[in-house]
Amino acid sequence: MAEEQVIVGLEVHCQLDTKSKLFCGCSTDYRSDAPNTHVCPVCLGLPGAMPVLNKRSIEYAMRVAKALNCSVLPESEFSRKNYFYPDLDKAYQITQYDKPLAEGGYLEIEGDEGGEKRIRITRIHVEEDPGRLVHMGTTERGKYSLVDYNRAGIPLIEIVSEPDMRSPKEARKFLNKLRATLEYLSVFDSEKEGSLRVDANISIKGSERVEVKNISSYKGVEKALLFEITRQKSLLRRGQKVDRETRHYLEARGVTQSSRSKEQEHDYRYFPEPDLRPLHVQSWVDGIVLPELPDARRERFIAQYGCSLNHARTLTGELRLANFFEKVVGTDPRGLATLADTWIADTLIGELNYRNMSIDAVDAAGFTELLTLLKEGTITDKSGIEVLRVMLDQRLNNQPCEMPSAIVDRLNVRKGSFAVNAQSGAESHPDLDPIRTSIAEVLNEHPAAVEDVRKGKKGAFNFLIGQLMKKTRGCADPAELNRLLKEELTKKEV
Amino acid sequence: MSGHEITFEPDDRYNAFLTTCRKAPHSGGKLAGVAVAVKDNISTRGIETTCASKILKGYIPPYDAHVVELLRQSGAAIVGKTNMDEFGMGTTTENSAFGPTLNPGDTGRVPGGSSGGSAAAIAAGMVRMALGTDTGGSIRCPAAFCGIVGLKPTYGRVSRYGLIAYANSLEQIGPMGRTVTDVSTLMGVIAGHDRRDSTSHNKPWTHTPRAGIKGLKIGIPQEYFGAGVDPKVAAVVNKAIGRLEELGATTVPCSIPSMEYALAAYYVTCTCEASSNLARFDGVRYGPAADLKKSWHEAFRDVRRAAFGTEVRRRIMLGTYALSSGYYGKYYAKAQIARENVKKDFARIFSEVDVIAGPTMPTIAFKLGEKSDPLSMYLSDILTVPVNLAGIPAISVPCGKAGGMPVGLQIMGRPWEDERVIDVAYTYEQAVT
Repeated sequence: MAEEQVIVGLEVHCQLDTKSKLFCGCSTDYRSDAPNTHVCPVCLGLPGAMPVLNKRSIEYAMRVAKALNCSVLPESEFSRKNYFYPDLDKAYQITQYDKPLAEGGYLEIEGDEGGEKRIRITRIHVEEDPGRLVHMGTTERGKYSLVDYNRAGIPLIEIVSEPDMRSPKEARKFLNKLRATLEYLSVFDSEKEGSLRVDANISIKGSERVEVKNISSYKGVEKALLFEITRQKSLLRRGQKVDRETRHYLEARGVTQSSRSKEQEHDYRYFPEPDLRPLHVQSWVDGIVLPELPDARRERFIAQYGCSLNHARTLTGELRLANFFEKVVGTDPRGLATLADTWIADTLIGELNYRNMSIDAVDAAGFTELLTLLKEGTITDKSGIEVLRVMLDQRLNNQPCEMPSAIVDRLNVRKGSFAVNAQSGAESHPDLDPIRTSIAEVLNEHPAAVEDVRKGKKGAFNFLIGQLMKKTRGCADPAELNRLLKEELTKKEV
Repeated sequence: MSGHEITFEPDDRYNAFLTTCRKAPHSGGKLAGVAVAVKDNISTRGIETTCASKILKGYIPPYDAHVVELLRQSGAAIVGKTNMDEFGMGTTTENSAFGPTLNPGDTGRVPGGSSGGSAAAIAAGMVRMALGTDTGGSIRCPAAFCGIVGLKPTYGRVSRYGLIAYANSLEQIGPMGRTVTDVSTLMGVIAGHDRRDSTSHNKPWTHTPRAGIKGLKIGIPQEYFGAGVDPKVAAVVNKAIGRLEELGATTVPCSIPSMEYALAAYYVTCTCEASSNLARFDGVRYGPAADLKKSWHEAFRDVRRAAFGTEVRRRIMLGTYALSSGYYGKYYAKAQIARENVKKDFARIFSEVDVIAGPTMPTIAFKLGEKSDPLSMYLSDILTVPVNLAGIPAISVPCGKAGGMPVGLQIMGRPWEDERVIDVAYTYEQAVT
């Protein structure tokens, strides 16, 4: 039997990065402030207060609609979604229901089967974020919750996809591409905590669909989907059926849990919000000039800098990363593009992820200097990584940050510091040549390996090289080491 | 003139006020030192605002409604908050959690509602003018029952910002007073655009009432004199319309067939909106504290059951039902169609006439307790709700008495022609006084 077909659709909620809230003038920059300090009668839902639509938030949402190839409807409308929850100030959320802002678009991702794949977008609508509950105390003692309305009224867009994704990986790629697109449009800041929330609809072809709510991170999406697919498949394999239901993703445990309880069986009783007029904004679409989007920038990176497709994809997959790359390469008078391509897309990202650091923490001038040192052959790749690690650790630990050349000197990892140097008189004092000394030491320490080399075992030679690298702290030129080691081994045979 | 205050110590024998301000500060301006009462569903900074409901007992708004800001700027002294049917839901002011208001003309009768406290305060001479709100007749009904003047402005003419919503798409704040001139003066203070109310329009009021209606065409809808209308009331109103004819107007018989569905459309719309508007009163932020030992759904339910009055609970239930899954199309959507038909009927009639006239209420003021079953009370709104469904302006002006109680003449106008409505009422008022 063929592998069961996985079907995934996503509903993505993103906070729009406007200065003020969706229906009042309160500031959206609340994250570092005390609870309930960015509030007014409107976002507190005080009796008698009325919503006034923030024009900018509609402009932002329309940029997204245009970038995702959606049609903005001639008339859209806000509706009330009624439900009781302590964080919901008015006991209804102002959202869009049967007349959303835009419908029918698509986003291209790199499909699992290679090549570009279109994920269709069903609709995009605008809505307000509710407040936030902060749970205090433990379950046993002093259990209570506090409400913070700073978040209440932050503009959100909900982007609903068609069930076009066929794996958790595609879902993650969709999200990453969507995030990049929103960032390129300058309408979204993915670095802000809680700025993105995802609900996923997932099914195995032929079975019921399950909605997984409450996914609040990019990695969480893939994990939640993997868990859910495994759960559904094992149900089916045991001859049981999948129930159509809503489940919650528990981030800490990486599992989904059925949320079938009375409280979740909502009838939202939607009806048009009488305090807001219908929106007629279709004519704005033509006036929206889109910036260069990720796909276009990827193609340009390939054409302009000679990046590989994969590196270009990685580099342009995040606005900050792409900007960093161009800042480092600049007009490229030093011809750093090829180096920068690999060093940013592979090395730097790996080191940043390891430290959970953002690209924003990296000093572009310093990194450019590092690449220049590599390019000029002043240091080896291995030393380059060592220097980079020092740079990142200094930043991470809030220490004074040195420039790469200073680090190179301090660590004494300049290539010359271990290399044979004819002009320095090394030839006249061969015993003082540090590399030859190191080779002699290694050969003495590992006679068995030397014997193996003699028998023609390639692994033994590599082992010796490894030992040499260790001894020279990676500062020796590997090619040079190779040559000298062979030379010494030949001398021994004689 | 700033920094003044007036002393307000009324003998409130009719229970017109829920809150009185003994020392009411005021500044200079158009209404310098004029005592103005404000219905208790309009937010007043620092003054308790309860909507005559236990659930808002103790709620002191931190902000002023737009109209209250304007009143303060005009120099008016806000002397108190007037009684009403709880959240505006009623036609008698008996549905107040703090006791009914009595009709100053006959304390055995109701003052009408829901702005009964404002009307009674004016009729009893406690204040010269007051603000009311009109969702389905709540300004015009008490004006008629108490023998004063009350205007329901065109929807959008006055900002609703700060009006504690009952049915947003229907209601307007409006002026009430002893005379048409006072009503016009108050309108001059409160009308105009407010960016905080997206449904408000930039139509300020610069009008001074003018007498003279020569050549005016008045539509007389047969439905306003048909079944359910007390013949004695109809006779008084007919006589008043005759007076308008003597003053130079001509009358044109007409019909509003959509009125058959007007009450149903009104009650579906207002209860749906109310069920949503009142959901926030849950014992967490408003009302008596919820019992935290219970699950929060039970706690919310118990607070709401105890703190809302019977009529409010009834309307919340009706609206919740009408909006629930599978019923929206049957009720809310249908009601909006009926509403459009009412609008179309008015538009058709207004293409031939300048104003429409008829009784404000089908009867004189009820005796206290007379309308104990909700349906007969709802039926008494039949002549006032079409105006709210259509969003047009209408005024009630006293036009005589039946059975010793005042009768109101209702004059309805085209959208944004509140001035014409005022002028017709003024012409009549000047002719009979």
